[in-house]
This record gives sequence, structure tokens and C-alpha cells, in this order.
Amino acid sequence: MPVVAMTVNGKPASADVEARTLLVHFIREHLGLTGTHVGCDTSQCGACVVHVDGRAVKSCAILAVQAEGADIVTVEGLAKNGELHPVQQAFREHHGLQCGFCTPGMIMTAVDLIRRKPNLDEKTVREELEGNICRCTGYHNIVKAILAASQAMR
Amino acid sequence: MSNAATGEGIGQPVRRKEDFRFITGNGHYTDDIARPRQTWAYFLRSPHAHAKIRKIDTRAAEAAPGVVAIFTGKHVADDGLGGLICGWTVSSKDGTPMKVGPHPILALDTVRYVGDHVAMVVAETLAEARSAAEMIDVDYETLPAAVALAACQSKEAPQVHPEAPRNTCFEWELGNKPETEAAFAKADKIVKLDLTNNRLIPNAMEPRAAIGEYDKGSGVYTLHTTSQNPHVARLVLSAFVGVAPEHKLRVIAPDVGGGFGSKIFIYAEETACVWAAAKVGRPIKWTADRSEAFLSDAHGRDHLSHAELALDKNGKFLALRVKTVANLGAYLSTFSASVPTYLYGTLLSGQYDIPAIYVEVDGVYTHTAPVDAYRGAGRPEATYLVERIVETAARETGIDPAEIRRRNFIRSFPHQTPVIMAYDAGDYEASLDAAMKAVDHKGFPARKAEAEKRGKLRGLGFSSYIEACGIAPSAAVGSLGAGVGLWESAEVRVNPTGNVEVLTGSHSHGQGHETTFAQLVASRLGIPMEQVEIVHGDTDKVQFGMGTYGSRSGAVGMSAIVKALDKIETKAKKIAAHLMEAAVEDIVFENGTFTVQGTDKSLPWAQLALSAYTAHGFPSAEIEPGLKEGAFYDPTNFTFPAGCHICEVEIDPDTGVTRIVNFVAVDDFGTIINPMIVEGQVHGGIAQGIGQALLEHGVYDPASGQLVTGSYMDYCMPRADDLPSFNLGFTKTVCPSNPLGMKGCGEAGAIASPPAIINAITDALGIRDIEMPATPARVWAAIQSRPRAAAAE
Repeated sequence: MPVVAMTVNGKPASADVEARTLLVHFIREHLGLTGTHVGCDTSQCGACVVHVDGRAVKSCAILAVQAEGADIVTVEGLAKNGELHPVQQAFREHHGLQCGFCTPGMIMTAVDLIRRKPNLDEKTVREELEGNICRCTGYHNIVKAILAASQAMR
Repeated sequence: MSNAATGEGIGQPVRRKEDFRFITGNGHYTDDIARPRQTWAYFLRSPHAHAKIRKIDTRAAEAAPGVVAIFTGKHVADDGLGGLICGWTVSSKDGTPMKVGPHPILALDTVRYVGDHVAMVVAETLAEARSAAEMIDVDYETLPAAVALAACQSKEAPQVHPEAPRNTCFEWELGNKPETEAAFAKADKIVKLDLTNNRLIPNAMEPRAAIGEYDKGSGVYTLHTTSQNPHVARLVLSAFVGVAPEHKLRVIAPDVGGGFGSKIFIYAEETACVWAAAKVGRPIKWTADRSEAFLSDAHGRDHLSHAELALDKNGKFLALRVKTVANLGAYLSTFSASVPTYLYGTLLSGQYDIPAIYVEVDGVYTHTAPVDAYRGAGRPEATYLVERIVETAARETGIDPAEIRRRNFIRSFPHQTPVIMAYDAGDYEASLDAAMKAVDHKGFPARKAEAEKRGKLRGLGFSSYIEACGIAPSAAVGSLGAGVGLWESAEVRVNPTGNVEVLTGSHSHGQGHETTFAQLVASRLGIPMEQVEIVHGDTDKVQFGMGTYGSRSGAVGMSAIVKALDKIETKAKKIAAHLMEAAVEDIVFENGTFTVQGTDKSLPWAQLALSAYTAHGFPSAEIEPGLKEGAFYDPTNFTFPAGCHICEVEIDPDTGVTRIVNFVAVDDFGTIINPMIVEGQVHGGIAQGIGQALLEHGVYDPASGQLVTGSYMDYCMPRADDLPSFNLGFTKTVCPSNPLGMKGCGEAGAIASPPAIINAITDALGIRDIEMPATPARVWAAIQSRPRAAAAE
């Protein structure tokens, strides 16, 4: 079995994994970081989004071995020194979550979106969330939270 | 300081206590839990809609790497385990009880839908279990399947269960047939409409999951599972399936990632995991992948209806008669018989004074996944029918859609409908007026004209809905066939340091109970919310409770908490009177302080709590030590949330794409504890309603019975760019049947919105009907088939 090694949330992480292991299963099963979720099996729902070298990636869509040497950030690594990331804060402030299952993927997608497009409007946010499915909120408050976070981060 | 002053009081948009763990990735969903030495289960499922199992050969699979055990229906039967049950019994017109085919945990000799459970493979890893399952050799004799609902009651249709000839489980009726016929005979106008209520697949984002364990020393089984009602799961698994006695079975529903009804039910997979854990001697974990969820979660809706509305010459409704065929799927799920009957027929009066109603519902088996409650459960189907035929009546009589509703609104309460329900309070015109104002009804003709100039078609659609929530009271549901009582429980434990644990029989899977319930308790006791912990979802911690569905946790669950708090206050006042040497009737409890009326004597909450446990010098005959009270609350009636949703659409005739340009929802939920959370519930409900109206459709191939929409690439889940932001408002009439005056808000959006959208589309296109989901293809086809005159308008 191949050994994979990468940096996860600022710390080195490595394990022997079956070659077919997806990055999301490496993160959840091998590292015990269960904030990253699996909501589908066709790479549609986005509950598993993490950052790979600073970019949002569906961790169910790449193998762990493809992330060899990469710098990975999961939802657990977003808050710094006990301080929530502005996107996390905005999701709480604007009730952008209900059951919480899609939330880690939504937040990681939103952080990347705000980095790529600092001047967001509602239409853009809605289009950019194409790859993240939420069944609880109707997206109303998720969109509001992301717009508020992008304002706060300007 | 009072809780109103700190912003934590009732009616305040308090930010949620549960959010921290979810936004930081620290939630604990069932699949996040790893038990020591756990094994993994994978279920081999039927690839056929209907087949006899001639033989199952597991020998090669048993020898595969990592396999621990393989179980088939024979093992389950040999162990004497019962099958899954339906907890609600419905009778046919002729008085005979519904005809129920057995629902085995694992198939014995027949499979009845694609996804039916054939074998469970337990292995060291999920990958090994899955690989081994592929090596099981099942010899199937495939048989023709009964799939298309409209054809399943014919003599020629393949039979799902021999117990139910012509696949008919029940032929139920409600209302008064002779009165209805008489009213139709004297009607000036009869409006007729055939309607399809499309099949939906719930799709909570967390797939179902379970971990079964067995402790040999104590004989206790533990099941972690994605349940909306862990006590009900324990009761069914012990009393009916016979996995273990109730006191030797612990069911834990930890963080649950959405339910929408689909996690009420007791399914084969969790049953098999907990049962087999004792055989294997190790924990067994199973998590559905999304494909399995599509195949095996109980689906929703799926009705075919014919409706007729009788009116007099003034547009006053005289009578409604309805014939509905409801798809039950291949087996009766936990509450499936109640959904198209008592949760449907009883709401056919809508917000209107209709003197006579008669409804017939045939519950029909098909070779498809079981159909059961999905957000709204029967009430969306009723609302769709009522609001579509009322709209059609408006168009056929030439009476304005708002006006025809006004002419028929129920205006005095209580109001006894012809279909069981006694509405207790409401003001339907208030929500209609507010919604019309919010949507700028007066400005619509100008907006329509402006859209026409751009080549677009605008339409406006109303939905004045009512629902029955708080599913209760026990006596009422018992008389209608429920096998359970529908009350709720609470226990309030005051700790010696003054903080409080509240154990509730409700279960939160996104509804924010940890916040709303804490808001209620904190404001009542005058302590900060952070000192209140809401405990739910574990049968070892919490007293028996009925769980969360049917928008019942506010009206019923919180009422139980109120009742327990009343008892806490009574006892605390007794203790305060003793400590301050005063008469108990002179004790006043306000903002967390006990005072003796007319004196300066006072005692803060925390000191009283400590004194309750030190109990020094208590007159023990009169005051027991401690401060902990429990309550069971059984309401006196259902609650009746109601309101008006108005949808404005703009359709591109070239592409058939419908854009919702404005969606207004004005709801009367009675007392609201946390408006932020309530609005969130409405948003989510509307999104699911828009999904039903425009996007979602569970489709089986009528010949093969294969699920065609079995993934997110085929089943169109609403994405963010399919939906608008919503325009919400509230009106308020207090519910008289519970102490807080609450009505429930969880399902209203999904119940009210589909007819508003379809009424808007048919208005825009000038057509009578369009089937849900009104996809661009269907809308485009409808535009093409319009008569030329209409098209030229």
C-alpha cells in the first residue's frame, strides 16, 4: 500500500493507504477529521469541499495519493487561534445553517469564492454555489451570510 | 437583568447555540462515530423490481478477504425476528382493515423493488464488504412488475402481495357522500380537475447510517442511528421486531443531518446492524451512499387525483368530492397508511367553508420503494388539490382569484369542517391582504405588460393554505388508527449550582431546539441561556418521548417543558417560602429572584437551587430534597398554521424556463419564540416546494421498475441559482390549545408553495393545468400546444 504524506491544517500527516482511497476518506478515516462530510457519490453535493493548496476542491473527487505533498485545509483548520474565520462568523450571524451537514463544504467553498471574487453580488454567489447542495435553508441565508462575509473581509 | 433586556427572551432572534460545533467541523453525526473493533456492513440489494429468489449462494463471498459474516433472510427468519411494521391502521369503506403484506428485514423468497434488501455482508472494511457482496450469487426468476400507478389496480397487473388483491391495500373514505351528492345536484357550476402529485425523494443531506453494538456482559444492545424519534425506534425494534427487550436496547440519535420525515421510519438496515452485532460479537457500522439513499429511503407524495368542486351562482363553494389513488410502494413503511388518509383527507376543506366534502382514497402497492411521510405529509397533497381547483374555479367563473377566496373563507372559530378537523383560530383574510400588499398586487398588470414588451410571460399565483400540526392529541389520533399516543415529554433538572438540564422527547435535526428550547427555559427561570443545556436523542438519558415530525416540537414538545417548569416553580416557591419563613402564596418569582411580597426579603435562583440539594432543615414531610420535575403533555387539539403564499413568475416562451421573480409568504404560526429560526424553516420549506413544482421528480421506468432518477445527476435537487430570495411576513392569531399559543412552522413552506407556483405558471400561459414538475421542456411544450388565439394574446 502506498504511503501518502501531506500537510493538513498546518501539521504533517501521513499514512499507508489503499491506492483507491479518496482524499475525503483519508481525511475522515485516517486522520479522524470528521468535519468534512460525504453527502453523495457523484461529486455533486459539495459537503466534502476542502482547500488543496489554497483552492476549493471536492475531496471525494481526488485520490489521497493525488494530494501527495499538498497543503490541505479542512473546516477544522479554518479558525485561527480560537478566532472564527469571518465566513464562519457570518454563517452563525445570518443563520446560514440548520442541520449543519452541508455547512463545512459551504464554508470552504465560500472562503475560496470570496478570495477569487472579492466583489460579490447575489447572482454571482448563487451561480458559484452550483456545486454545493443544501436541503435545509433554501440557500436564502447562506447567500446572505456569504455576501456579509465578503463585505466584512473587504 | 431580564432575558428580554439581554436579547435572549421569547420573540428574540437569538443566534443558535448549536452552530459553533457545526461551523467548526465538530458535530457528531452517526458516520463520524467510530466504535472500537467496529466492522462494516454492506447491503446487497435487488437489481430487479420483482423477482423470486430461487437460491442465494454466499460461499465464494464468505471466503473473500476481510469478510466476517454474511446474513440473508433465512438467518433472520431462523432467529425468529419479526418484520417491519406500519404503526397506523386504516380501514376500508366496508370496514375491513387494510391488507398488509409482510415486510421482512432481509428478503426471504421474493424481492419487490429495486433496492430491496437481499443480504448483509459484514467485513473488516467497507471496501471489503462491498467487494464480497459482488461475489454473492443470487439466482433470480424475474417477474413482471407493477410500476405505473394508474395501471396497478387492474386485474392484469402483477401482484405485489398475495394478501392484497389488485394491489389495493385499502379503499378509504371520509366525509358525507349523500350530502355531497345532493349539493352537486343543485350546483350552478361544477369545476373538474385531474391532478398528479409527483413522487419526491427526500434527500436529507446526511445519508442514513447506523452502528449496532452488543455488550455481552450486560446483554445491552446499543444502536446509533439517524433517527428523528429514537424512542419510537426502540419501541418498534423491541416490541415488534424483537431485537431485544426495551430495557436492554439503547438507541442514540446524535447529530442528525436533516430528516424531512425520511428519518422517522424504522428501516431494515439499522435493524439488521443492531441484531447482527450480537452474532458477530463486534460493532457493525453502515452508512448509506447516496445511490442507496435514492433507492431505499422512503419516498414522498405520488398521488393521482380527480377533484370536483360545486359552486352556487355567487361563487360560493357548496361541496367538494375527490377520488385519489395513492402510491404506497412495495411495503407499508412505519406511518405510510396515515399519510394519504388522515393527514390528507382531513385537510381538504382548506381555509374554506365547504358544507359537504366526500373523499375516497385507494392505497395501492407498487413494485417501487415504500412511500411515507415527507415534509408536509398528506397536507401538501391536500393543499395542492384545494388551491388548484379553487384557482380553476376562479378562472372558469370569472371571479378574481383573491375575491373567490374571500367569499369562501371561514370567518368564525371554532369551525367544524366536514372532514374531522375543528379549526380553533385563524384570520385568513389578514394573511391574504398582507401577501397581496407585499407582492404589490396592484402593480402586477403593469409588470405583466412590461414583461410582454420584452417577449416574456408573467403570471401570478395564490395559495391560501392551512395545515394541521403538532400531530396530536393522543385520543384523537388513537381513534383514527394510530398505534401510538402522540404527546410529548420533558424533564427539567436543576443542578445544585443552578444551571439546568432539560431532557426533551423531541429531537432536533436542524430545527434549532437547543436554542429555542433554551430561550424558553432561560426566560422563564431568569437565567442566561448558556446555563441551560437541552438534552435529546438518547434513550438512556431521556424519558420516553415521541420525537420530531409534523411540526410538533414547538406546540407539543415545548408545552411539555412549560408544564415541567410549572412544577419546578411550584416546588421552588415552597422551598423559598420555607427558607424565607413566609407563606408560599406570598412568594413572587421574577427575573431569577424569589421575593416575599411586601418585604425586602429575596433569594436568588442559584442560592435556591443549592438549598434544594443541601436540604438542611427541610420539613421532610412537606418538602423533598432536590429540584427535578418531569411532565408529559398531551394537547387538546391539533394546531392549525395557515397563511397565504403568492408567487410571481416570468417565463421565457423561447426556452420554457420559469423564473420566480417574487415569492411572498405570509404565515400565521401563532406565538413565535425565535423569528430567525422560524424564517429559516419557511425558507427551507419553500425551497422544497419549489423543488416539487419546478424541478424534482422521482421516476421509475414503467416497464422495468428501475429508478431512473437515482443520483444528483438525474434527480434535480434545487441549487442556489434555481431559487430566489424569499419575501416573508407574519400575521398572528394565538393558538388556544397549548400554553404558549404556538402552531408550528416546519412544513408550511413545502405545503403552501407548490400550488402558488403552478397557479402562477398556468396564469402566465393561460392554460388549465401543467403537471409538476413544470420543467422547461413541459412549459415549452405547453406553450407550443396552446390554441393560436391564446398564443397571440
